[in-house]
This record gives sequence, C-alpha cells and structure tokens, in this order.
Amino acid sequence: MSKRIGMEIALATAEAVALCRPDVIAAYPITPNTHIPEHLSDIVAEGRLDAEFICVESEHSAMSACAGASGTGARAFTATSSQGLLYMYEVLGIVSSMRLPVVMAIGNRAISGPINIWNDHSDIMTMRDLGWLSLFAANGQEAVDMMIQSFKIAEDAAVQLPINVNLDGFQLTHMVEALFLPDEKEVDRFLPRRKPYAALHPDHPVTMGALGMPDIFTEATKARDQALVDSRTVILKVWKEWEKQFGRRYEPIEAYKTKGADVVMLTMGSMGETAEIAVDELRRDGVPVGLLKLKLWRPFPFEEMKKAVRGVKTLIVTDRCCSLGGPGGPLAAEVRSALYAEAARPAIENALIGLGGRDVTVDDFKQMFRQAGKSKGIYEFYGVRG
Amino acid sequence: MMSTAKPISIVENFEIYAPKLVDKEEFFCSGHRACQGCGEALAIRLMCKALGKDTVIANATGCMEVIATPYPATAWTLPWIHVAFPCAAAVGAGVEAGLKVLRRKGVNPDRYIKTVTIGGDGGTVDIGLQALSGAMERGHDMLYVCFDNEAYMNTGIQRSSATPFGASTTTAPAGKASIGNKTWKKNVPEIMVAHNIPYVATASPSYPIDFMNKVKKARAIQGPTYIHCLSVCPTGWRAKSEECIKLGRLAVETGVFPLYEVENGVYRLTVETPDPLRPVTDYIKAQGRFRHLTPDEIRTIQRRVNLEYRKLMNKVEHSLSWTE
Amino acid sequence: MAQKKWPETWQEVTPGCMIFEGGNSREYHTGSWRAQRPVWDNAKCIKCGICYIFCPEACVKEDAQGYFAADLDYCKGCGICAHECWPGAITMVEEG
Ligand SMILES: Cc1ncc(C[n+]2csc(CCOP(=O)(O)OP(=O)(O)O)c2C)c(N)n1
Ligand code: SF4
Ligand code: SF4
Ligand code: SF4
Ligand SMILES: [Mg+2]
Repeated sequence: MSKRIGMEIALATAEAVALCRPDVIAAYPITPNTHIPEHLSDIVAEGRLDAEFICVESEHSAMSACAGASGTGARAFTATSSQGLLYMYEVLGIVSSMRLPVVMAIGNRAISGPINIWNDHSDIMTMRDLGWLSLFAANGQEAVDMMIQSFKIAEDAAVQLPINVNLDGFQLTHMVEALFLPDEKEVDRFLPRRKPYAALHPDHPVTMGALGMPDIFTEATKARDQALVDSRTVILKVWKEWEKQFGRRYEPIEAYKTKGADVVMLTMGSMGETAEIAVDELRRDGVPVGLLKLKLWRPFPFEEMKKAVRGVKTLIVTDRCCSLGGPGGPLAAEVRSALYAEAARPAIENALIGLGGRDVTVDDFKQMFRQAGKSKGIYEFYGVRG
Repeated sequence: MMSTAKPISIVENFEIYAPKLVDKEEFFCSGHRACQGCGEALAIRLMCKALGKDTVIANATGCMEVIATPYPATAWTLPWIHVAFPCAAAVGAGVEAGLKVLRRKGVNPDRYIKTVTIGGDGGTVDIGLQALSGAMERGHDMLYVCFDNEAYMNTGIQRSSATPFGASTTTAPAGKASIGNKTWKKNVPEIMVAHNIPYVATASPSYPIDFMNKVKKARAIQGPTYIHCLSVCPTGWRAKSEECIKLGRLAVETGVFPLYEVENGVYRLTVETPDPLRPVTDYIKAQGRFRHLTPDEIRTIQRRVNLEYRKLMNKVEHSLSWTE
Repeated sequence: MAQKKWPETWQEVTPGCMIFEGGNSREYHTGSWRAQRPVWDNAKCIKCGICYIFCPEACVKEDAQGYFAADLDYCKGCGICAHECWPGAITMVEEG
C-alpha cells in the first residue's frame, strides 16, 4: 500500500529510486541534486538497499561507471545538475549509442556563467540531441512516479536506452510536499528485475563500444534515432500500466483548461503548477486561457503537440533557457518545427523566463497571458530590465 | 636477411623453453589492424593469456581499441567494453561493481570474474589519471594495465607526459630551437605506489614470462593492482619493426625502464640488470625519435637514468625495513 | 546471438553496435600487408617457442612435430620472429 507522506522531494525521489532496487549507484555532489545521492547512501548504509554505491571522483566517472555497470546487466542510477551534467557530457551520447539503460535524476540548474546554482533548464537542453529519453516532473509526486516508471521504460526490451527525469532545482528538489510513496511490493510487481539484451560476462562474451567506420555510421545513427522514435509506444504503455496500478494518469502533454481557450501557454517542469493558478484566476475573470504541460521531452511528442494546439489562436511557449544566438528557447524551436507544416496553426510567442532561479509569479503568468499577441520578435526575455 | 644469431644470455633470464608451456589459447586474435611489429598488440596478447577466460576488459580509446574492434569485427574473445578516452578506470570500476553485486544477488553464477582495465599512456597518465587515481583509491578489485608507448600514437604521435626527454613527437618536434620533448617522463608507477595499493609493477612484452607472471600475481589479488607495461611502437619511435623486442630489452638493460614490482610497499627487481648498466646510447641510437640528439644531450639523459636507477635500487635495498 | 556477417541496412545493425562473435577479426586477412615473409629452417630449430611467443599477430603455430610456422593469412611480415630466433632458423624473404 502506498503511504502518504510529507517529505522533501529530493529525499522522496531517493526513496523511489531505492524502491527500484538499483544495483549500482555512482554519483558526485553538486547543488541542487545532492540530497538525492546523499539520501540513497543513507539508505544503503542503513541496510535497506543492497547496492554498490560508488563515490566517484567526478561526474565524468559517474556516468562512465554507470555505463560499465549497465554493461554487466546491473541496474544503474546517477544524479546530477548543471556543471556536473556538462562534465559528464562526453559520456552521455556514448551510453545511449551503446544502448545501455541508465537512469539519471537531474536537479535542473543554470549552467555557468556567471556561476549560478539556481534553477533553469539550460543544463538538460545541452543534451537534448544525445539519444536519451527525457521526462519532466511538475511536482514531487510526478518526480517519484517518473523515477519508478523510468527504470521500466529504459530497460524495456524494445528500448534499452538511458533516460533522465528532470526536477527543477530548489523549486522541486528542496520543497517539502505531501505525496504518495508506493511500497516495495507494489513496485516489485510493477518493475521486474532487468533482463539485459547483452551483458559483460565470460559465459557469453560480447564486444561493446566498437569503432563505427563511415560505411556503418549512418546506419547506426538511423537505428539509434528509430529506437528513440519507437520508445514512444513503450512509454505510453508503461504510463497506462502505471495508471492502472497506481491510479495516476500520465501523458506526454497534459492539458489544463484548454477547452475554448484562445490563448494557451506551454510549460515544462514546476512552472506548470504556478501557471495553473494564473489560468484559474483568469478564467474566473472570464478570460479564455489554458495551459499545456509537457512531460515528455524526448522523444518529442510531435503528434500530441499538433493535436493539443488545434483551434488555439496564440500559443505562448515558455522556455527556461536561451539558445544563445539561436532561435530563442529550445522548446519553442521544437514546437515551431512540429507545427510548421500544419495548415492551421496558432501564432507562436516565446517567452524566456525563470532564468538562473528568477522567480516567476502568478502575476507574471497572468501578465504574459494578457500581453499575448503583442510579442516583438520571435522570442523575448520576459521581465528583463533595461 | 634480418636474422642474426645471438648469444643465449640476452634471450631472457627465464628458462628458454618456457614459451612452449604458455597456454595456446588466444583471447586477442589475429586479424587485428595494428601496425607491423606492434609491441602494444603483443603485450595485450600476452596479458590475455595470463588472465584467462574469466575476465572482463574495459579499454580506453587509443590504438588498441581502434585496431581491434572496427564494427562488425572484433579481435576480442573476452567480454570487452570501450566507452571513451579519459574514463576507462571508471568504466572498469562500474564493471567491477556490477559483477560483484550481480554475483552477490545470485543473478550471475557464483564464480569470480576479474575486471581488468587497459589504456595507453595518454589514456592513463594524462587524461585518464583522475579516473585511475579515483578507482585505485576507492579500492576496486581491478587490475589496471597501462600500455605505455610513450606518446599519443592513435592520433599521430603527439607527446604525452610519458614521452621521454629528448624524443621528437608531432607536438614536441625537434628543430633548430628545440630538443624535442623538454620534460622528463612522469613516474606513474610511483604515483600508484603512493596510493598504497597492494601491487604495482613495471613490465615489458620483451620479457613475456616476467610480464605474464606479474599479470597472474595481480589477477590473484582481490583489490586494486597496477602494471605499467612499456610497449614499443615501431611506428611512433621510428624504429625497425623487427627490433621491437630488442628495444624493449635495451630499455631494461640500460636502466631506462627497469622491471620491478612493489608488493605491499616492498620493492623488488624482477629482471636483473647488467652491472654496470649498458649505456643509454645503445637504446637511443636504434630509434629515429632520438636521432637529433647531440652527445651532450645524451649525456644529460644518461645522468638522469643513473639517478633514477639509483633511487629505485635504494628502494629495493631498503623498502623491506619499512614494513612492520 | 545471431549476427549477420556484414550488416548492410540500418535494420541489420546490432543494437548498440554490439558484436557477439568474439574473434571474428580472423575474417580480415592482414597477410596482404606483408612485404616479406618468414621462412623456417627446421633443421636449425630447437623448438623453443620464442617465435610463437613474440608474434604480435598470434599467427605462429606449432605443428604436431613441435616445429613452428606462420599462418600467412595473418603474418604481416614484421620480422620479429626471425630477429628473435637466436639459432637463426627463420629467414625473412621478399614477397615475390
Ligand atoms: C576527450 C578526448 N580527447 C581526445 C581524443 C583523441 N584521442 C583519441 S586516442 C588519443 C591518443 C591515445 O593515446 P594513448 O592513450 O597513449 O594510446 P595509444 O594510441 O598511444 O595506444 C587521443 C588524443 C579523444 N578520443 N577523446
Ligand atoms: S601506432 Fe604504434 S601502438 Fe599504434 S598500432 Fe601502430 S605500432 Fe601499435
Ligand atoms: S624461435 Fe627459432 S628455434 Fe625457437 S622455435 Fe622458433 S624457429 Fe625454432
Ligand atoms: S614476421 Fe611478424 S607477423 Fe609474421 S610470423 Fe613473424 S612475428 Fe608474426
Ligand atoms: Mg600511447
């Protein structure tokens, strides 16, 4: 039976990971994800979890150790943020190219510089093209649930890919929230032991991480891309199973009061919770606005996106990241390409908000809704001074 | 005609028929694409024979990874994983942890499997040093073997911190205003000794039985162990491929690369060196990478070799008294 | 696990480019690289096995009588065996 508890989300996330019985955990401290591995090491120290906890000397080694462990068939977990993610960058694409499932929690934080430990999405956006599946939690409950779902998705025979679950740093990691934590039996029923496609063992030798020459690289890349595209089916299946067992529903894009809405906003992560309040208040005043919350970032839900904005006049895409010198926010860039070929598509505005921990209030969201249609250029730093 | 008869004494101080007794099974197979006379490929072949089947290999990027696994071909019959250049020791650490926990949980058969991580000098003493230090310090049950050919060969003979003083490389070329590489070879076996791990050794495929015995010894120790294997690269050293073995021998006989082991802090020379040592010129003159050196510069090298050798012999003499 | 020898299409690429046939490098014959070949004179051979132990290609094989010879499919002609055979039983000859 799930129990309802009040707990810091990072700790609850660690509890959820422990319920998945990871075999190997390798992590290196960096704010704001640190409480996750700290708490996991507590759980191991208390004897509640039988796992090898490797106190690696860097994030590069954390991801490399996870790759090695996953190669043996072990269930591997790590967590990081910001500079830590960038420090392991080299290994990220390799892990996915080798089809090694690894689960990573990212306590999202701005990347330097100037150095800043607070939340935005610039860290995860750097790895969007590296072949990882990517989920975004809007609250603590989603963080806990997605953690458990992730292992099942990543290890599915048809997927065999690494996956990350994004929790906004501080806004989620350090918040205390009331949430349901499933019990061991329930998780065991949902998540069986990993059955690897291949494992490093002399009884069935395998060469992992071979050299890909020009005559095979294109085919290998196409196969990788297809694996991500195909993982969508598995994600939806696992979410169905989750809903059936635990009663909480997950979908790639969650719509909130979008019926009859002229202006719809798109968010990722914890801002969705605040934006909901803004929608409620505006609706109360008779302004027809709605909200879309993206939970599945990779593979990007193109079809769902097209469906979700049908009939919408203006779509405000929020991004907690700037693609410097590029098209604005990475989320908006994706949405634009998803909708480009649609005969009827909304006007798209792109607001860059909540950078480096800047607070985004209910009033800010209301203001953005009210300003819809007045945006200059293809993107705007909302609230920038000067 | 290249073959010349030599007196028995230089063959090696092991029983000359010993090679006949070496396990015939190959775990690093023909068809790999190393250059002719590659000492590194030979060293790996010998290492595998000493390790045997119940082994998993983690390999850093470098010549040995590139020449052995152009997809869909592999020269390996041992389970093998390559991830990247700087992190082989961390990959090995993950493999070791994975194998340990899967055995403990009854997922894998209840049998000991050794994790062995290998890398070139670049992947070990430069970009991989941090991961190596971490893995050794944490005490993983892992043997790490560095195949030191004294430069980044895979990318075209650039210097590393293992490149010897005076060698000409593509990033430390000899020229009117340059002697070539201006730094002395970093002593990584000593850095490993400073980690207080149970076993550190130097080795060379020119002394195959010594090398294989060291690999076997390290394999049997359940803990972190390190072997630094000087691996002649005829291509990068601008040497004749047929002299690969001879060069390895000269490195030992000149005291440039003495063969020793450090077991729980106690130093021991495993291959006797001639007394007095052969002059370093014997070693240097056979290699194009040193061709530009003047007699004065060679004397500088000789002095340094003498000093390092005396330091080592001092440890060999006195280290027993350091133990409790 | 079954693996097609030389994958053509993307569907045939093994997941993660994993290779399941250990030692299939043997299908690639490096013997074509050779400019010289080692020739054994068994009369001089003392059957010590030094040529076998020092071959980087793992291509020197022992026969039933205890003599050695190179598998020319793989011998790259490096000359190590000839150089190290101290009784002088191996000679390198130009490939013609
Ligand atoms: C992070 C990173 N930097 C640089 C390289 C390029 N690189 C690949 S192998 C190599 C040199 C390998 O040298 P070493 O480790 O000595 O092995 P060798 O090829 O000499 O056997 C370099 C520089 C790389 N693959 N990754
Ligand atoms: S460059 Fe040197 S180390 Fe690399 S394969 Fe050739 S001989 Fe061997
Ligand atoms: S090295 Fe020479 S003597 Fe020894 S086995 Fe080979 S051919 Fe015979
Ligand atoms: S010439 Fe070189 S490759 Fe050929 S058999 Fe002799 S040692 Fe092996
Ligand atoms: Mg090298």
